[in-house]
Amino acid sequence: MSKEKDRQPFISVRDLKKYFCLDNYKLAKAKTRYIHAVDDVSFDIYKGEIFGIIGESGSGKSTIGRCVLKLIDVDSGEIYFDGKNITHVSRKEQQELRSRMQMVFQNPLASFDPKKTIRFSLEESAKVHKIKPEVYKARIKQLMEYIALPEDLLTRYPKDLSGGQLQRLAIARALMLEPDFILADEPVSALDVSVQAQILNLMLDLKEDKGQTILFISHDLNVVRHVCDRIAVVYLGAVMEMGTVEQVYNSVAHPYTQALISAKPKEHPLENKNHILLEGDIPNAVDIPEGCRFAGRCRYFKEGLCDNRTPKLKDIGNGHYVACHFPLGIDRSKTASDM
Amino acid sequence: MKKKNKAGTFFTPVVAVTGIFLAVIVFVSLFASVIAPYDPLATDVNAIYAPAFSEGHIFGTDGLGRDLFSRLICSARTSILNAFLIVAIEVVIGVPLGLICGYYRGPLDSIVMRVWDVISAIPPLLLSFILIAVMGKGMMTGIIAIGISYIPLTTKTARSMIMTEKKAVYVEACKSMGFSDARIIFVHILPNIITPMISQFTLDIGTAITSMATLSFLGLGVQAPNADWGTLLRDGMGNLYNSSALLFIPAICVILVTVSINLFSDGVQNYLDPSSRKLPSFKKYEKKHGIKKLSAVKANGEA
Repeated sequence: MSKEKDRQPFISVRDLKKYFCLDNYKLAKAKTRYIHAVDDVSFDIYKGEIFGIIGESGSGKSTIGRCVLKLIDVDSGEIYFDGKNITHVSRKEQQELRSRMQMVFQNPLASFDPKKTIRFSLEESAKVHKIKPEVYKARIKQLMEYIALPEDLLTRYPKDLSGGQLQRLAIARALMLEPDFILADEPVSALDVSVQAQILNLMLDLKEDKGQTILFISHDLNVVRHVCDRIAVVYLGAVMEMGTVEQVYNSVAHPYTQALISAKPKEHPLENKNHILLEGDIPNAVDIPEGCRFAGRCRYFKEGLCDNRTPKLKDIGNGHYVACHFPLGIDRSKTASDM
Repeated sequence: MKKKNKAGTFFTPVVAVTGIFLAVIVFVSLFASVIAPYDPLATDVNAIYAPAFSEGHIFGTDGLGRDLFSRLICSARTSILNAFLIVAIEVVIGVPLGLICGYYRGPLDSIVMRVWDVISAIPPLLLSFILIAVMGKGMMTGIIAIGISYIPLTTKTARSMIMTEKKAVYVEACKSMGFSDARIIFVHILPNIITPMISQFTLDIGTAITSMATLSFLGLGVQAPNADWGTLLRDGMGNLYNSSALLFIPAICVILVTVSINLFSDGVQNYLDPSSRKLPSFKKYEKKHGIKKLSAVKANGEA
C-alpha cells in the first residue's frame, strides 16, 4: 500500500495521552493516582477509508475515539483534522467542527432522546447548525430511502423501533449534516448477528458511495476484518500493531495480535487450530508495568529487554507498524540489534 | 388513545374520587363571585351568628353577619391561588437552579447547596417569621417566604435527577452533535426527568395550602378585609363559643382538600412510577374472552 504514503492524512493523532484522575488529593498532587487510559497513541486516518481500532474492553479504544471527537479533553498530544490542529480550539470553532464530525453509538436505543420523535431527533442537528428547512426535509427523504426504512417511522418514538432500525436511523442522523468523518463506537455489538450485517454493509456502502471516512471501534475481530481497510490493535491504552487488514490478519507481527486472532472461534469444526492461551489478567491501568505493556503475558518474553525498555511503534515495511522488540515472522537477531 | 395502551390505569377509585372533589373545589373557587349567594364582605346586622343550615345561610354567618359559605368559597380562591403561586416560585427558581448546579457541578454547585443547607436547617415557619419581620406582613411576603422555604428540596431533587440523567448516552449524542448546554438541559434532559417530580409538586400544593393557612391564622399572611382559609380559622377560633361552625367548617375544608391532594398525588406517583403501577387484573380478561379461571384449570388438571 505504497499509495498511502503519498496521500495526506485526513486525521492525524500524535502522541495522544489521556489520564483519568483516580483520587483527587487537592493538597498532595504527587499522591494522586491516574488511570492511563490512553498512552502515546499515534495514527493517521486517510480520506475515504474505514479505520478500525480493536482491543479488549478497558483498553482505551472508546477514549481514543472520544478524544478525536473532542468530547473529552486531551491531556497531551496533538490531533489534526483536515490539516488543522484541533487539539485546543475555541468554542466557536468547536461548534463548526461538530458539524463535520458525527458519532454513532453502541446502544442505538439509548442514543436517542426517549421523549422525542425520530423526526425531531433527525431534524434537530440540522436546525441547530442552521440548515434551511427545505434542504433538510429533502435530505431526510433521501436518507430514509438510503437506509431503506419507510418514512412513517419518523413519527414514532425510539422505544417503538427495533435495535437494527434505530441503528440505521442513528447513522442517518449522523449523515444529516453531511459530515466529513464519522466515529462509530462499537456500532454493532448491541445488535443481533443478522442485523449486524445490515449495519456493516450500510457502512461499506457509505464508504463506496460517498467516500465517507469512518473510525470504527470494535472488539469483534470478524467485524473489523469485514469492514475496515486499516486497523490498529490497542492494548492497555497503547497501539500494539497497525496496518492494513491483510497485514495484520495474514502476517501477524505482534504476539498480542497473534493471541487475539487465535482466540477467534473455529470457522469449521474440523479446522486445525491452536489457541494461544494468554496467562494472567490484563494489568491494572493505574500502574502500567515498566517496559513493554504486554511483557508479563507474552510468550516471547526476554528478560532484561522486554521488562526494561518500552518498544516504539516502528514500521516493518509497507506501513505495517509494530510495537514489539521481537516482531513475529522477522529475523529476531536483526530486529533486536536494530533497537 | 395512548392511555389505553399503558399497562396501568391512572383512574383508580381513590384518584377518581379525590380528583373529582379537587376539580369541584377548583371550579367553585374560579367562579366564586358567580356562585356565592352573598357578597363575602357584605355585613348584615340582622343575622349575626346565624347557625349552620339556617334559612338563607347554609353555613351560617359570623359576628358581622357575613355569610360563611360565600366567604369560604371566595377565600378558597385566595388559598388555592396562593398555593399555586408558592409552588410556581419553587418550580421556577428551584428546578432551573437544580438543573444548572447538577449539570455543571463545580464551585457554583457547592455554594448554592451550602446556602440551601442553611435555609433548610431553619424551620420553615421560623424562616417565614424572619422574612416577614424584614419585609413586613402581608400576603405577598407570606407567599415569598413559604416559596423560599420550599426551594431547597426542589433544587436538590432536580440536581440529583440531572446528575444521573446527564450520563445517559443520548446526552453525549447531543454533545457530539454540537448542541448548546442550554438546549441539552432544557430541551432534552428536563422532559425526561420532570415526570417523577410532578407528583412532588402536586403534594407541595397541599402543604402550601396548610402553610399559608398557618401564616394567616397567626395574622401574618392574608390581611383583612381579604380572607383565606387561615383567616377564617382565626376568626372562627375567636368566636368558638358564639358559633362553632365558624371554626369547624373551614377546618374541615382545609383537611378535606389537603388529604385529597395527598391521595391524588399518591395516585399520580403510582401511575408515573411503573414499579408501583397496578397491572390490570386477569378477571376482566377472563370475563371478556369467556376463559375459565387459570387457577381453576390448574386445579382440574391436577385432579
